[in-house]
Amino acid sequence: MIRTQLPALQVVIPLLAGPTCLLLHHSRLSWGLATSASWVALFISLALLDQVLATGPISYELGGWAAPWGIEYRIDEINAFVLLIISGISAITISFARTSIEHEVHSKHVYLVYTGWMLCLTGLLGIAITGDVFNVFVFLEISSLSSYLLISLSRDQRALTAAFRYLVMGTIGATFILIGIALLYMMTGTLNMSDLAARIPSVSDTRTVKIAFAFLTAGIGLKAAVFPMHFWLPNAYAYAPSAISALFAGTATKVAIYLLLRFFFTIYGVEFSFETMKLDRILLPMALAGIFVASTVAIFQTDIKRMLGYSSIAQIGYIVLGVSLVSVTGVTAAILHLFNHALMKAALFVALGCVFFRVGSVTRDDLAGIGYTMPWTMGAFVLGGLSLVGIPLTVGFISKWYLIVAALEQQMWWLAGLVLISSLLALVYVWRVIEIAYFGTPGDRSTEIKEAPATLLIPTWILIIANIYFGIDTSLTVGVAERAAQALLGNAS
Amino acid sequence: MQVFGLYNYWVVIILMMIGLYVVIASGNLIKKIVGLNIFQTSVFILYISIGKLDRGTAPILVEGVTSYSNPLPHVLILTAIVVGVATTALGLALAVRIYGAYGSIEEDEIQKQDNAS
Amino acid sequence: MLSLLTVTALAVARLDQLFAAVMLFGIYSLLSAALFVVMDAVDVAFTEAAVGAGISIILMLGALALTSREQRPVPRSRHWIALVVVVVTGAGLIYGTLDIPLYADPNAPAHLHVAPRYLQQSMQEIGIPNVVTSVLASYRGYDTLGETVVIFTAAVGVIGRLGVATEGRIEPKTGGLEHYLILRITAKFMLPLILVFALYVQFHGDFGPGGGFQAGVIFASAFILYGLVFGMENVTAVAPPVVVRSLAAIGVLIYAGVGVVSLLMGSNFLDYNILGHEPTHGQHLGIFLVEFGVGVTVAASMISLFYAYASYQREK
Repeated sequence: MIRTQLPALQVVIPLLAGPTCLLLHHSRLSWGLATSASWVALFISLALLDQVLATGPISYELGGWAAPWGIEYRIDEINAFVLLIISGISAITISFARTSIEHEVHSKHVYLVYTGWMLCLTGLLGIAITGDVFNVFVFLEISSLSSYLLISLSRDQRALTAAFRYLVMGTIGATFILIGIALLYMMTGTLNMSDLAARIPSVSDTRTVKIAFAFLTAGIGLKAAVFPMHFWLPNAYAYAPSAISALFAGTATKVAIYLLLRFFFTIYGVEFSFETMKLDRILLPMALAGIFVASTVAIFQTDIKRMLGYSSIAQIGYIVLGVSLVSVTGVTAAILHLFNHALMKAALFVALGCVFFRVGSVTRDDLAGIGYTMPWTMGAFVLGGLSLVGIPLTVGFISKWYLIVAALEQQMWWLAGLVLISSLLALVYVWRVIEIAYFGTPGDRSTEIKEAPATLLIPTWILIIANIYFGIDTSLTVGVAERAAQALLGNAS
Repeated sequence: MQVFGLYNYWVVIILMMIGLYVVIASGNLIKKIVGLNIFQTSVFILYISIGKLDRGTAPILVEGVTSYSNPLPHVLILTAIVVGVATTALGLALAVRIYGAYGSIEEDEIQKQDNAS
Repeated sequence: MLSLLTVTALAVARLDQLFAAVMLFGIYSLLSAALFVVMDAVDVAFTEAAVGAGISIILMLGALALTSREQRPVPRSRHWIALVVVVVTGAGLIYGTLDIPLYADPNAPAHLHVAPRYLQQSMQEIGIPNVVTSVLASYRGYDTLGETVVIFTAAVGVIGRLGVATEGRIEPKTGGLEHYLILRITAKFMLPLILVFALYVQFHGDFGPGGGFQAGVIFASAFILYGLVFGMENVTAVAPPVVVRSLAAIGVLIYAGVGVVSLLMGSNFLDYNILGHEPTHGQHLGIFLVEFGVGVTVAASMISLFYAYASYQREK
């Protein structure tokens, strides 16, 4: 019985936990509840993935109304995987969050952080699981509003402006999505994703459907911070509390990318997206520009969190690059990188959270000599950084490998070369941190700095070990990503 | 006829664009929020226009009436209005806090202070 | 009507006086509410009037009172950028409309697929005349749960940012208007009427326009009026901030709770059929409870917003 109800529970458990955290009105209790809810969500998503891999896509009718009249949850390989990424990152980062949040957020707001966290998780999971486009909009707004709040709760006053800017950009993006949905509804009369997919081909030569496509792509692209629609991201990541940056880096943009995949492949179909609209010709240059511009800008950042923000934009570029190749290997690389990038970025932000906890700053100059005073933290940072660069035996290598194979499959030698060159840029910005941490001259305060407490280090190292584990044993990730890519591309035929 | 049938939509599009223009062109944070509201309200009008039916009436079932306007866009927009006011409330609260921290709600002034610090 | 809207929108865009711009937006919102009535969307009109012209304006004026009233001119280059973006987007949209079904065309796909079932079947399946309520609370009840969560999130956000004193008492910043006799008597006379009207809207949503959301807003407006006229001290004595905030959470839990109960009884989440001895009875009960949850959350969230704005003191 409980098995058939898992799709509903996946979202409803954090949804119930959110308001309950507010009612508890107690920092530690709220944290305890939110953490348990996150872990339960992780186990549910594992069970769902298992079920999907064993028996194929799951459909769940909310309210007992059949689609397209009611709202349907539809889980196949790709969103089961995305659900796993979101709930996994949330579960690990929230375990780390308690010490870090108590340090970085005003004590009377701590329970609100967990309320917001649960709401954000509800929103993200809701977007990933649903099979109804308007339901996507509603849950997108839940996750967005709670992220504006979470960013602004930081003690840094610049977080306020970052949150405000994100709010304005996010709302424009959401309204664009709303316009796109309206145009699609006009032409098809339905909001259900599979129903849309069935009805779009008969109207696919109308200008309306094409413009709807453009608006949806732009709106979701804004949310995903696809270059050149990324302006809100670096400050939002830089000034948010560390645990929140880790959560967002691992989940928020990933969900938006998933939505793009959903619209491109499932709803519109490969033929429309890439043959009628020639989307790959726009995506490819955008992805490359994103990778090179953002990586270069990252090199010149003095605030390390901001640097990682720019690096995220570049990494989103790799994902888009994989999509733009429109082959099973390319899309596999994109989906793999969704997972792998979530792991490495979360690990890096969590490690920076440890630094911030002891040093009170993550500016480059303040990190001088920290490699010796906080060996475990910086060790984790170095490993995470190597993963970001794409050194063998880390997850970063796996993503790059599949990307390069995909490029070579299509005889695009130059593209494979560019991917390699761009990795050198990543090496440069990661090296600049390592350089100052191990070879910089320590400041006066450095003797007071101690290693971060175990409550922070353990989750950091869990993430780092995951980075290495999934870099060696790729059977789970590559297997699922490949099946998901085949399912996405298979819909066209 | 073609032109007249689309006229409504075109005006709505102009309204949306005025809203979007205000959002982008204003440096004042509260004015931006007002712009967002105009933008969103205009999109609501777009949706409700989709639902309208010739000789239709409000979708409340009554004996003897057979032609009703489409209720689905109405439902969607009820939801969207609530989402809109929620965003407005949060955005304004942030603007108030920004004024508390910077003494200004002009974007360039805030930028200047951030660069100075 | 549409041309009036255009004029108003243009005026908002041109004005530097923020106060006037906000007021004009109120007019814009009321005009669009009137337009919604013309287009047969009575429920939407009701909500737009209550929210756009009511709550949004109160919030904007509150924010203006706490910040500054004039905007400074911005560099010309910015106008050009905005203009380019707007012209490109607008042209794209107009291009997109060239193939859409004409306005009010009964043969548009939107009227032929999905929607007819609501109009034809909802009487047997749900048994209430207002189709908008049927779709809102049952067919697409899950969206409405999401919507309730959104408004709750906003309330949490505003409380978090502007912070209501957690101790439960708010420092009176400005005294109420209690020394105005006429105002006081009118308010006393109005308050019960507003509350009764709110209850009517809450429970009459099955038959006419209305429902939990509109009722919640009206209910909250009674408290806001009370607060404005008799001062914050009095209104927080009647409804302490902590209680109000908790109610906002409880409303969401009521709504989701209905879903959990249906789930525990062996049916899908938010399937009301199982709640009663026969399906339509279950639907009635489910919709009633769910609308009640919405009403509680909305009213409590709105009052919380008002408290937050009224009690905010600038940090020095």
